[in-house]
Order: sequence, then structure tokens, then C-alpha cells
Amino acid sequence: MRLSRACLVALLLGLGLALCCATAHAASLSEALAHFTADDFSETSTGINEVAASGDPRAETILRALQDGALMYSAENKAVYIKDESDKLTDAATGQPLAGDAPADLDTVRINNRLRAAIEAALGGLTLLARDPDARFEAAQAVFKSRDVRALPTLDTAIAKEQDPRVKRALIEARAAAVLFSDSAKDEDKLAAVEVVRQRADQESLALLSSLPAGTSAPVLKAAAAAIAAINNRLALWNTVQNAWYGVSLGSVLLLAAIGLAITFGVMGVINMAHGEMVMLGAYVTFVVQETIRTRNPALFDYSLAIAIPLAFLVAGFVGILIERGIIRFLYGRPLETLLATWGLSLILQQAVRTTFGPNNREVGNPSWMSGAFDVGGITITYNRLWIICFALAVFVALLALLRFTRFGLEMRAVTQNRAMAASMGIRTSRVDALTFGLGSGIAGMAGVALSQIDNVSPNLGQGYIIDSFMVVVFGGVGNLWGTLVGSFVLGEANKFLEPFAGAVLGKIAILVLIILFIQKRPRGMFALKGRAVEA
Amino acid sequence: MEALTTALLYLDGVTVSFDGFKALNNLSFAIEHGEMRAIIGPNGAGKTTMMDVVTGKTRPDLGEVMFDGLYNLTRLDEAEIAELGIGRKFQKPTVFESHTVYDNLELALKSDRRARAALWWRETADERRRIEQLLEIVRLTAVRHRLAASLSHGQRQWLEIGMLLAQEPKLLLVDEPVAGMTDAETRQTAELLKEINRDRTVIVVEHDMAFVRDLDVKVTCLHEGSVLAEGTIDQVSSNERVVEVYLGR
Amino acid sequence: MTAHILIRSLDRGATLFLIIIAAIAVGVPVLNLMVPETSAFHVPTYLVSLFGKYACYALLALAIDLIWGFCGILSLGHGAFFALGGYAMGMYLMRQIGTRGVYANPILPDFMVFLNWKQLPVYWYGFQYFPYAALMVVLVPGVLAFVFGWFAFRSRVTGVYLSIITQALTFALMLGFFRNNFGFGGNNGLTDFKDILGFNVQAETTRAALFAVSCLAIMLGFMLCRAIVTSKFGKVLIAIRDAEARTRFLGYRVESYKLVVFTISACMAGVAGALYVPQVGIINPSEFAPGNSIEAVIWVAVGGRGTLTGAVIGAVLVNYAKTFFTTGALAPYWLFMLGALFIAVTLLLPRGVVGTMRHWTALRRDRASAAAEDGVVEPLPAE
Repeated sequence: MRLSRACLVALLLGLGLALCCATAHAASLSEALAHFTADDFSETSTGINEVAASGDPRAETILRALQDGALMYSAENKAVYIKDESDKLTDAATGQPLAGDAPADLDTVRINNRLRAAIEAALGGLTLLARDPDARFEAAQAVFKSRDVRALPTLDTAIAKEQDPRVKRALIEARAAAVLFSDSAKDEDKLAAVEVVRQRADQESLALLSSLPAGTSAPVLKAAAAAIAAINNRLALWNTVQNAWYGVSLGSVLLLAAIGLAITFGVMGVINMAHGEMVMLGAYVTFVVQETIRTRNPALFDYSLAIAIPLAFLVAGFVGILIERGIIRFLYGRPLETLLATWGLSLILQQAVRTTFGPNNREVGNPSWMSGAFDVGGITITYNRLWIICFALAVFVALLALLRFTRFGLEMRAVTQNRAMAASMGIRTSRVDALTFGLGSGIAGMAGVALSQIDNVSPNLGQGYIIDSFMVVVFGGVGNLWGTLVGSFVLGEANKFLEPFAGAVLGKIAILVLIILFIQKRPRGMFALKGRAVEA
Repeated sequence: MEALTTALLYLDGVTVSFDGFKALNNLSFAIEHGEMRAIIGPNGAGKTTMMDVVTGKTRPDLGEVMFDGLYNLTRLDEAEIAELGIGRKFQKPTVFESHTVYDNLELALKSDRRARAALWWRETADERRRIEQLLEIVRLTAVRHRLAASLSHGQRQWLEIGMLLAQEPKLLLVDEPVAGMTDAETRQTAELLKEINRDRTVIVVEHDMAFVRDLDVKVTCLHEGSVLAEGTIDQVSSNERVVEVYLGR
Repeated sequence: MTAHILIRSLDRGATLFLIIIAAIAVGVPVLNLMVPETSAFHVPTYLVSLFGKYACYALLALAIDLIWGFCGILSLGHGAFFALGGYAMGMYLMRQIGTRGVYANPILPDFMVFLNWKQLPVYWYGFQYFPYAALMVVLVPGVLAFVFGWFAFRSRVTGVYLSIITQALTFALMLGFFRNNFGFGGNNGLTDFKDILGFNVQAETTRAALFAVSCLAIMLGFMLCRAIVTSKFGKVLIAIRDAEARTRFLGYRVESYKLVVFTISACMAGVAGALYVPQVGIINPSEFAPGNSIEAVIWVAVGGRGTLTGAVIGAVLVNYAKTFFTTGALAPYWLFMLGALFIAVTLLLPRGVVGTMRHWTALRRDRASAAAEDGVVEPLPAE
């Protein structure tokens, strides 16, 4: 077992150190064990400390047995035994099974809560010297939290021989924590310790510095107060960064949801109230794909999104083309009627999905490469949001390329700027309309795939994003993709920064009011097209 | 307030650019009281943009437009400028299709334009008389109760002129009044405008050279946003530059 | 002055309409209260309340038709004004409960006691008096409409942009009213009303009276709308609807006209909401839902926008269909039907029921008079 080998190494080193270290007091194991036979709590306490400090490889086993109430003693024989699950006894010091019968006066070594804590700390101290650096790191963190003064000697030992810088840092911090709670440490040491804790600058440091023991001297308390202020500033800064991150994440979601809308509005002047349902369709496509994979070939789960994205694009795009050919085409030039007709359509789509899949949320899972998170500085970044940001930007770039470099993009841009002129040039505007609507809906479908990863999939999914998408289009202006990009990220950030002050609801209200005021200055949005032909 | 100039309309160095393209380029000219001026020029010369600037639809990037020597039009919006006494007839007749001929004139009639006034408004005999007069001038008396949408193109042009007159403007801006008219209608329109010119100042933008000749007034030729030549129709049409740019053979 | 306005604004069709509504206003309560239950002509009480609900919706539809049909302002958030009027009335009714509530607190409504509030919030003061509440019913939606309109119309926001912004407005209000600490009952809303002006809200006679008042409100609203649209103000509105820029060039301050009509419309919607609440017995934040406002617009579209009578008829027709479908076996299909209705009306019947009828009669009339004039058939009047 790794632990016993670690203990062996620790033993050898510990013995070596013990020879040169004047303060370390390595009592022999048997002497230490003798304390357990006294049936006295303070004796037991001493015993615990000495067993821990002994460096004997069996120290951990003994202490764990004591913790579990499996450490027995016989006052007559002056021996200590460990009882295992089958009630067999082994000698605590040697580990040898007991020969012969159990002694008549065999009794459990009793412990109380204070002793429990002592055992915990002692065990913690042992793992400070463990072989595995992660175990050492965890042990150091545990001591930092427990601030156990008794761990100081072991800490000094551990720090002296630690090679891993990350673990060493943790050990130093743990030591500082212990020092601050030690009665015997000098003020200079304590001030140095405060500095170390200040550097650590997280919630635990705050907790530690706020709860220094009663006897702490005034200069140390003053230093601690200053450190608390500094840490709070640091935490506030990280909090802002975290909010900024959430803002970027929300912005990317809005971008995906709104960009299809911006395109159809720009080219055709049509506000599609069923746009949210295109997003919803994409999410349900993901659900169906994952369900199929779950039942047919579970191993493909990690590829579910790679299948879902093009499929969602095609499904939503196809539905979009159907809508355009079937309804929108006949309402050309009547944007308000189109708004109403597409609202009716959204009702139908929602109800259709509700009757097919049920009104409840359906489960869509993250593939493994999108699960989990990592920390950067003081903030947590989840993989799913990170991937969505990348995806949103990729879609945006792809769209820019489409508009700029393809024939279809050129036709779309021409129709946006001057429909009549484009038609006179021979561009088939009705074909452009149908394909544009299909494109916008297809992108919404892909947005649905992304959204399924961070939000619930239900028939009402689209409704949650439609108002926000509208706001992005109104704010960012029409006919220009950059407007949508800037608009979605600005609104995402604004949303997230207002939230802590005003709460989610009031924040949203504030955003809506701000947009109304903004429209005053620029009634056609930020990046509006200019010129006479656009006035129509 | 002292008048800055005796001219009724004075444009000084007006420049308007749309995304880099200069629709008006340092345009300057003046129109005197009681004058009728014809403005000609090729497409894109800036004629309609000039009207947009004067009526407040477009704000110039540079330059000033003074009305009656007192008012800087670049600072006012459409309704304010209309109230000052500047009326515009558009290239495409924009009458109110859902209203009758009579109602179109009633709406245009010079009156208190405020919402409150409109709620309690009741037609006076005086107003009725004025509308009847206007109907006569534009020869639409017979069709006064027809919806404007059912008028012919020529009739719509006249209705719009009628609406313009109803506003009792000091200055009329008329944008291509005879586009799409027959020869007979064109001659009638020239008569109409001369009649109107007796009491008001008129600026006419037109392409039809025969019509401009009929009007027999001073002509300003615009090109690429500024004045190319000014004078009588004969002077302007014999100007080499004008011939090169616009009139051809 | 008033006589002149009445004469001008009530033509034959309008007078007929008023007479019919008046007949219903008297007829239904009589059939409910005076005719014995066993008779075939008896109108059961639950129907009286249902019809009362329809009447309130009809008034809301009138308000929407006024601004949409005549001025081209498509407000997709008029439900907000309806709901605000409803809440004002609801607050009055809550104050009337007094000690008869679950917690028997003479001042604080039950939900406030439940939230551990010690005092009545300032904005609830005065609602125990009916005149004050009645004023608020009109004032609150009116002021909101005025402020909103002032910002929106001044910056020349029109068309779809305006519609989206009105959606956002009602959505924001919905979010706000759902919060418990807003002080309006949170997601449960205001309910459990006991009496109105001293009369028991549940009593048959009260219900009948409320119905009659609702019909009266329709009549008054209708007359107000007719007065407006037949005046010069109304002609300017139509001009704005058809050619806004041209109207500006004539010297009219388009923003002022829009603001006035928008505010009046909001006040009407508020009154409709206020009459609605005692008849259905509850007001909650879902009345602010954007979907409700959009549904109200389709009532007007079905009936025929720009006709006023069409708005009333459309509201009754669609809501009757809704009641019919949602209380039967066809309930899950209602949303399909509603969605299809939206599409069918915009594609196939853009003038609505009443509008199409009027169009046909106008066509025949125009053809006849044009043929008489110069022997030539004129082209159809443009839409």
C-alpha cells in the first residue's frame, strides 16, 4: 500500500532529521503507547502526540484504530492492541497477532471530542509528509483551515524538505495559519504570518484573519485589519472579472439567438416572431439525436453535438424556407401583418412540440469534453460556456465570410440595400428571400443546439430569448452584422453588471428603459444603414 | 431681429454627404421675393437633396439656409418649416389616398395645426369658401367627394398643387410637376404656376425643357451639388459647360 | 357644441350599433334576474359574468382599434394598460375586504400579513376610497402611456420597432409584478374580493349590474372613438397612418397627435381592465403577458381594423371561440386554432369581417357613381 511505503520513507527521513533537529522529540513507539494504558484522557492526549511525532510507520494505523474505537489496552499487561472487524487482536507496536487468549481486563482506549480533534490534527500532520504531492497539498489545506498549532513541528519538517513549489506554498500558508493561532509565537513571526495569509487572498484567508484569537497583540490585529481590506479589494476585483465573464457568455448566447433575426430583418424587413421556435426546434433536434444515440449506440455520445449541429441547421432551415414560401411571401411589404402571422405560427409550433414531446423539460446532456470547469485566478470558467463562446464567434465569422465572399452573400447585401435596384440587376429577389429566411432559421437552429447545453429544453425555450433577441436587433441596428455582434455583447455585459445591483428583474427593466432612451438618439440602432433608399 | 438679407431664400455653402458621396457641394444661391426660378440639372445633381435641406428633411453637414432673412432653416424640423410658410410638392404625388379630394384640401388648409384645435375644429364658412376656390383653381370641383386614390395621375398632381396652395405658403418648392403629364396638361400646369406666382415665390425643379421655356423665368443649372450656370433659358442652354454636361444636342 | 359632435359622429351604422348594445345591456340582466330559471330564456348567472368579460375585452379592442386602425400604431403591449387598470381596481377591492380576510387584519391585505409586512406601503394609501381608485384606474395607465409615448414618438420610432418596444414594456411590467416584494400580491395577484361599493361582488344583482355597466362603457367608448375619428383630428390620424412624412410636411406635429390618441387609448384600456377584475374575481401578473396583448390585436384584426364596430365584434367572436374550444374535448387544439386564425386573417381576410363587408358595399357604390359620372369604371380604392 502506498501509504505504508510513504510512512516508511517518512520514518527514515524523520529519524534522520530527529538526529539533527534539537526541538523534534522522537519518543519511541512503545513509550508513546504506554500512555494509552493509563485510562486517563490527558495521558491519552500525550500518547496521541507522541505516537504522531514518533515517526513510526505504524503510527497512522494506531491512530486510526484509536479513532474507530478499536484500540484496546490491558493495564495488567501494559500492552496495547488493535482489534479488527473479526475481533482478532494484534499487538499495536509490532503488528503481530496476539498469541493466546485475550487478557481479562481488556478495555477500549476511550476518547472524547477534544481527543478526536487531536487525532484528526495528528493524522493531518502525518499526511503532511505523504509521498503523493496532492495528498500533501490537501493535508496542508486542511491544516490551514484547522489552524492547528500542534502541527507546527511537522510543518517545519515538511517545508524544509519540500521540493514541489505549489505544495511548498501551501505548507508555508498552513504554517502561517498555525503561527497566528499559537500563543507562544513572537509578534515578528505573527506579522510575517499575516503577510503570508494576505498573499493568499481568498475567502478562507478572510475568515482566518477575522477570527484571530483573543490574546493577539494590537500591532498584529492592525496588520490583520489592513490585510482584510486588501483582500476584500482583491476579491471585489475578481468578482468584477467573473461578472465580465458571465457577460461575455450571455453575449455569445444572445449573438447566436439574434443573428438569424438580424439577417432576416435586414434583408426582408420582416420580424419573425417564430424565431424563438426555430431555436427551440434546434434544441429538440439535439434531444432526439441524443436519445437515438443513447438507445442505439451509447459510445457515440461525445459526438452527439457534431451530429446535432448540422442536422439542426438543416431542419430549422428547411422549416424556415417553408414558412417563407407559405406565409411570408404573401405578406411582402406589410411588416406588421407579418409580425402577427409569425406570432400565430409560433403558437402552432409550440403546441405541436408540446403535444409531441410533452410540456416538461427534456434532458439534454453535456458531452464529456464540455463538462467540468477550471479556475483562472479568482474566477471559475466552465467548459460548456467556453465552447459556446467559441462556437458563436465561429458562426459569426462564417457568416461574415458568406456575406463577403460568396455570390449569395453579395445578392443578400444588394437586396438589403436597395431591393428594387437589385431586382433590376437580375437578382431573383424571391429566391434570395427564401434562402435568407432559411439561413436565418438554420442559424437559430444551431443556436438551439448550443442553448440546450446550458438551459432547459422545453416548448417555451424560444419565448425566453425572443425579447432579448429583439432588443439586440433594435439596439445594434440592421443590415450590418457587426451591429449584432456589438449589440449582443454590450447587452450581455450590461445585463450581468446590473444584476448584482438591481437583481435580475430590475436589471432587465433597466436595460429595456435604457434601450428606449438610446433609441432616441439613434432611432435605427447603432450601426444603421444610411442613404435615401433605406428610408423605405 | 435684423434681416440678414433681402432674399427670401438664401443658401450659403451648403454641403451634404451621404457616406462619402457629396450630394451637395458648397451650394450657394439666392431667390428673391416674388420670383419664380427654374432649377434644372442632370440626375444626381442634387436638386431633390437641395429641397430636402430646405424643407428640413435632411440636415446639411456645412452651410446655412436663411429664410426671409430671419430664420435659419438648418435648425428647424419639417413641421416648423412648414409652419413658417414653405410648402413642397413632391416628385411622386403624395396625396392622402384614403381621404376625399375635399378632405385632402381641408387638411392642407392653413389653420391651427395643434392637436387640441383639431379635436374641436368645426368648419367655418370662410374655410369652405377657400376650399371651393382651390377646387376651382386646380379644376377638381367635379370630383371633390371622390377618394384621392381613384384620381388619375394628372389629377393627383393638381390636387397636390392645390394642397400646396391651401397652406398659403410664402415659398413653394415644386419638384417635377409635369412628370407623366400630357402636352395639354403640361401647358395648363405652366399657366397654373404663373398664376400662383402672382402672389407667391416659386421654385420649380424640372427636366422638361419645353415646360421650362414656357415658364419664361430665370434658370439655375446644378451639377454635382453646386451651381453650374445661371441666367435665362437661352443663356443657360448656350453655355458650353451646360451643353457638355447636360443638354447635349 | 356637443350636439354638433354627436350629429357628425353618429351615422346610421353607428346608431344601430349603439341601440343593439343598449338592448343587450338591458336584456341580459332582465333575462337573468326576472325570468325564472326553468324558462328557456333564462340566462344563467355564470353566463352573465362571461358576457361581462367579453364586454371588457370588447372595450380593450376598441382602444386598440383607435390607435391601430386609425393611426397605424400597432401596440403589442396594450394588455399592460388593461392590467394596470385592473390592479388599481383590485387594490380598491382588497381594501374593502377589511377584517374578513384570512388574517383578519383591518388594514393589511392577507398577502402582506403573510410576508410579515407591518405597514401598508405608501402607494396603497387612498385606495380604500372608490373615487380615488377610479381616478387611478385612468391616471396610471394614462401617465405611463404619456411618458412612454413621449419618448417613443419624439424619437420617431415607428412600425415594427415600436411594436417590439411595446412588447418589451409589458414584459418588463410582468417581471416586476411577479415579484413578491413589489407589493401587489406577487404571482398570486389580488383575489378573494368581498364587495364593491357596498354590494357583494358575488351576488347575482351585482353581476348583472356590472355587466350593464360594462356595456355602457362600450357605448361611451364607442361614442368617444367616433367623435375622435370623425373630427379633423381623426382625419389627421388617418393621414398620419397613410403618409406620415407628408403629414409632417403639411405642418402637423405628428408626435403630439400620436401622443394624445395613445394616451386616450391607454385610459380606455385601463377602464376595461378595471371593469374586468370584479367580474372575474382576480387579477394577477399573467395579465401582463406579451401573449395576451398580441391576442387582443388579433380580435381587432378578425373584426376589421379601422371600423370600431369590427373591433367589438371581433373580440366577442374570438373569445367565444376560445371559451367554446377550451371547455370542451378540443381543448389541446385551441392553440393550433388560434395560431391558424392569426395566419388566416392576415393572409386571407386582411380587412376583417366588418371591413370586408364595408369594402364590398363601398365598391358597389363607387362603381355606380363613377359609371354615372364619366362612364368609366375607376380603379379600386387602394387599401
